Amino acid sequence: MLTYTLRRLAYLVPTLLGITLVTFFIISLAPGNPVDFIRGETMSARISPEAYDEMLRLYGLDKPIPVRYVIWLKRLATLDFGKSFLDHRPVISKIKERLPATLILNGVSLLLTIAFAIPFGLFSAVRHHSRFDKIGGTVLYMLYSLPEFWVAIMLIMLFGVKLDILPFIGMESLDARQLSFGSYFLDRVLHMVLPTVCLTYGSLAFLSRFVRGSTLEVIRQDYIRTARAKGLDDSSIVYKHVFKNTLIPVVTLLGILLPALISGSIILEYIFSWPGVGALYFDAVLSRDYPTVMGLSFITAVLVLLSTLVADLLYTSVDPRVSYE
Amino acid sequence: MSSRRDTNRSDAGEREKSPGFAVVVWRRLRRDRFAMTGLFVITTLFVVSYLAPVLANNKPIAMRWQGRTYFPAVADLFPLRYIMRYPELRTLDYSVLRQDPSFQQIRTPVPYSPYETSLDDKLQPPSSRHWLGTDTLGRDVCSRVLHGARISLQVGLVAVGIALTIGLLLGSIAGYYGGITDILISRLIEVMMCFPFFFLILAVIAFLPPSIFNIMIVIGITRWTGIARYARGEFLRIKKQDFAHAARAIGASDRKIIFRHILPNSLAPILVSATFGIAGAILVEAALSFLGLGVQPPTPSWGGMLSDAREFIEVAWWLALFPGLGIFVTVTAYNVLGEGLRDASDPRQALPDTR
Repeated sequence: MLTYTLRRLAYLVPTLLGITLVTFFIISLAPGNPVDFIRGETMSARISPEAYDEMLRLYGLDKPIPVRYVIWLKRLATLDFGKSFLDHRPVISKIKERLPATLILNGVSLLLTIAFAIPFGLFSAVRHHSRFDKIGGTVLYMLYSLPEFWVAIMLIMLFGVKLDILPFIGMESLDARQLSFGSYFLDRVLHMVLPTVCLTYGSLAFLSRFVRGSTLEVIRQDYIRTARAKGLDDSSIVYKHVFKNTLIPVVTLLGILLPALISGSIILEYIFSWPGVGALYFDAVLSRDYPTVMGLSFITAVLVLLSTLVADLLYTSVDPRVSYE
Repeated sequence: MSSRRDTNRSDAGEREKSPGFAVVVWRRLRRDRFAMTGLFVITTLFVVSYLAPVLANNKPIAMRWQGRTYFPAVADLFPLRYIMRYPELRTLDYSVLRQDPSFQQIRTPVPYSPYETSLDDKLQPPSSRHWLGTDTLGRDVCSRVLHGARISLQVGLVAVGIALTIGLLLGSIAGYYGGITDILISRLIEVMMCFPFFFLILAVIAFLPPSIFNIMIVIGITRWTGIARYARGEFLRIKKQDFAHAARAIGASDRKIIFRHILPNSLAPILVSATFGIAGAILVEAALSFLGLGVQPPTPSWGGMLSDAREFIEVAWWLALFPGLGIFVTVTAYNVLGEGLRDASDPRQALPDTR
């Protein structure tokens, strides 16, 4: 186990380096630089060549790409992601102020996913071929294919506009700060309902189907038959023997769910004007704010890398049969 | 899967063939009602989207003009300039022509082009004239949904084609040769998988001029990792099996072993993940067009139409409902087919790619 952990940690180094390479080169090799962009936006292309070179130098874009990579890498080592081209604030502080909004949305969504998907998947596997299993399975299947931005629009149309019972812009109402604590809390919760539903249903469907599949596999195992043969009743078989073994493969899935959630939250934060990291990334991409785009891509990739690592390590420690020695 | 296919191979030999693997899969698939429905829906969508110019057009299917018979809508089916083009019709205004009571024509079922604006008819709810209503410029939603299907279906196929090519190539090289090649390619796959793919796609697409070709390429070059991993695993597994050793023992070349023996054996799971991949690519294209980074107006695309609908959410529900249904039906059909293919080829396969 220790050797495996150490080896996995050693593998982190080349992968991290690869992440920096991909982040840097994809963005640097793309046509069009931010100076051109700013020029096109604000100065109607009337800018002298000297001033243009001056701006390139200011943003450090006059050096060749490999040199820029090394400089960027050096600064990255001290967690310095540079300053945003847009408002000249450090990227890291921009990310910090946006992070809580994204974390709360994704965190609640992940909790809801787990809380609903596991019992649902377990139950439909135990009642394999029942009506519950069939109807539930079909519904989940369709949920999985529904594009979240469409669902978001339809839900806004229904609950936000027609029925007018749920807010759909931002995290809180304009006058929220003047409210009493209780109604402020309620206001925040109401604002979360629609984005959370849109972010959750897809991974909920995915995870339920996965849990169902893995439960069905466990039920067919010999040790379950043994448990049944020695006269245990169904409920203790399910809760004591099936449930625990079902959870093992679910652990590995968390590494897959995280990037999916983050991808989904970009478009949902855009639709719901949610002041999170996803919306920040989208704005940065649109305005070619290189430092912010690179900083965010890097941080997200590292997060995913670490969560995959944790999931894999958990997997090996939870299941004694698995060994990667 | 391995055991079944292996027995197929060893029993059948080269001369007297038992049903091949593809035939077995197809027979099982035919018994799967869901999967066959999916296949039927996909086929219908392809036919309908190809025939969109004859189904929804402001030009007539057939007409008589100045003593000659023309098929202007049919001519739109052929993208090539030299087939069935009528240069003399290019400046013709059909709406003026129709004023003439003696003018004879057969119109398309939906008699509107996806580009034809009519500000008098803007934001009409669905009616017998406009089956699915009209948008802010008075364009017929039904016509735009039909023509929009072309974009989604094309993007799905081409993007996954690119992803398959890259994935198969890199995955098979890594799995077959092993060693340092395998280490390098596996690291690359791992690195690519760390990026939530929508992040990568957005970063690249925002710096490129928006066009449907760029979208196909970008989706292709960001989504090959799953296929590459499959291919690598399959190659690793199969190359250790007896028939591959036997082929090498009788002196078959690497290329022959890869193309004649290993690829046909690993095709099933790759086909499955390609089918799921198409569903994913269609979703991504719709999302990009929705964000304004994909297919540019006025070209109709389902994602773009949803983006337009967002501004009129309070007055025009039909603008959002129908293009979204289009995406949903198409994606579901591909997912159902992928599921069926997976069950038919191997009930114990891994999960589809997440979105």
